[in-house]
Amino acid sequence: MKTNRHLHLDRRQLLASAGGAIAITATPLKAFAAQEDLERARTDLFGNRVIQDGRVTLKLPPIAENGFSVPLDISVDSPMTPDDYVQRVAILSPRNPLPLIGVFHLSPHAGLARVSTRIRMSGTQEIEAVAEMNDGSLWAGRMETVVTLAACVVL
Amino acid sequence: MASIRLAVPDTARPDEVIEIKALIQHDMESGFRRGSRGEVIPRDIITRFECRYAGNTVFAADFQPAIAANPILTFYLRATVSGPIAFEWTDQNGNQWSDQASIEVT
Repeated sequence: MKTNRHLHLDRRQLLASAGGAIAITATPLKAFAAQEDLERARTDLFGNRVIQDGRVTLKLPPIAENGFSVPLDISVDSPMTPDDYVQRVAILSPRNPLPLIGVFHLSPHAGLARVSTRIRMSGTQEIEAVAEMNDGSLWAGRMETVVTLAACVVL
Repeated sequence: MASIRLAVPDTARPDEVIEIKALIQHDMESGFRRGSRGEVIPRDIITRFECRYAGNTVFAADFQPAIAANPILTFYLRATVSGPIAFEWTDQNGNQWSDQASIEVT
């Protein structure tokens, strides 16, 4: 009885690991290519400067039924005074045909570093927002959204 | 051609931070879609939005094809002087649409 159970478990583990191996070999190529595109877009915008995590809050629905129009809300922790303000915010995607979604240019006249719009998403992915402050420092925030109907071929 | 809808408060107190919403009717054709005969539908998007107030460009946006159709923007301004707030959209071919609202700061 005991040995039987062990056998059964072993077979399950074997199957699971085989499945895992297939998944690993099947996905990385595409994922890495997209990641490279994203990194290129990031470099085009900000050069090779260090991007720190924090200060940027990106809000997207956890599940989007329709990738054609997904509400997005970005807020950056900044006093928005003439001495300390957000200059621009870029939204980047690791999975859309184009990694750059849009760039917002802000000024101290804004009073509040917050922008909302609606974007297209070709599949489940983690959207990234990078904010550039007037002192040149860069901050990033991320949010993962599951897209059930992707704006995939028809983006 | 394009219909514009703005939401701007009529009045504000000095230094009050006001919420602005600006929407323009536009297909934002991404250039990644195909028609019924398999032909690529050419890209036709708005690429630039600008908001001017009190002599300054206070907010601007660069759009890519991943901005949804009928692009809507919500952003914030610090009300300092009474006067017009101007909005302008430019598409990839240089066509422009504009509208303005006025605010009274008391």
